[in-house]
Amino acid sequence: MIEMIRQPWPWYVAGAVIGLTVPALLLLGNKHLGISSSLRHVCAACIPGNISFFNYDWKKEIWNLFFVVGVLLGGVLATQFLSNPDAIVISEKTVSDLQALNITVDNNLMPASIFSFENLFTLRGLMFFVVGGFLVGFGTRYAGGCTSGHTIMGLSSLQWPSLVATCCFMAGGFLMVHAIFPWLMSL
Amino acid sequence: MVKAKEEFVDISPVPHPDECEAPNDQIAKESLITSNIKYLITGIVFGTVFVKAEIISWYRIQEMFRMHSFHMYGVIGTAVIVGVISVWAIKRFKIKTSQGETVIFHKKQFHWGNVIGGFIFGLGWAITGACPGPLFAQIGSGFLVVAVTLLSAIAGTWVYGLFQRKLPH
Repeated sequence: MIEMIRQPWPWYVAGAVIGLTVPALLLLGNKHLGISSSLRHVCAACIPGNISFFNYDWKKEIWNLFFVVGVLLGGVLATQFLSNPDAIVISEKTVSDLQALNITVDNNLMPASIFSFENLFTLRGLMFFVVGGFLVGFGTRYAGGCTSGHTIMGLSSLQWPSLVATCCFMAGGFLMVHAIFPWLMSL
Repeated sequence: MVKAKEEFVDISPVPHPDECEAPNDQIAKESLITSNIKYLITGIVFGTVFVKAEIISWYRIQEMFRMHSFHMYGVIGTAVIVGVISVWAIKRFKIKTSQGETVIFHKKQFHWGNVIGGFIFGLGWAITGACPGPLFAQIGSGFLVVAVTLLSAIAGTWVYGLFQRKLPH
């Protein structure tokens, strides 16, 4: 049993659990799934300034911060106690595409050659962590939600603006990977 | 008289985020720890799935945008189908929350931020290999440098708030 849990979980198991989070939050207490909102609540709690966008009763939304702390703890627990003993299996085509960009696929979930503190003060680190993170935070709030708020929650309640947003998430991702990323890696 | 009232509304702190996509619609009062612990546990389940299905993997996101694997499409597709059925069931059978309250759904208004902001987020998603949820799980999974990405995402959110009224919507 534990051996089976340690293996990577198939997409239909993951998809079902993620999908069930929607009714779970609604029925536990009328909460709407959405993770990028937590970033706004952090701003509202720590650095609201005179910005009306951050002057609201964030304490009413504190459940969202409990939720994201839970996501972090889930990451800790799954990695410490349920981690896959085998190397990650990525599609051959992606492996060769990444090799062409000088990114070696290692045994981890993330390439250690990029996601390490050594790279933090390099040009590459600036792009991956600082610029990348900024685009995620700015873009999700501008879009009014992220993959959870729009793609999962929004589509679940059949909202067409969420479908538009989801298509734009994908369009941005495709453009980055196919057009901008090769250039980024040549820096 | 009416004007004064409007001004009063304008300067009073917004009780609820005007555009919050993940609002708390519970009427019953909640205590800090005992009411919120269940959301912490739900988050732990969510984060565990993120790691175990390798959704937090930067490689899997590359694979998705290169269309070399069905995995991520399967995850998102299944989640949406399960979500649609659940929401339909809640509406159809008028299922109440555990406090006996009616489940509230908000109609999302389209604005051009859905397009422009969505596109900007997509660019960032492909670089970092993470949407906001997996950012937290990546840190938990031991990639501590992602804390810098998270701080930068908070900064991005703050800058959006600063320029919100000047940006096209």
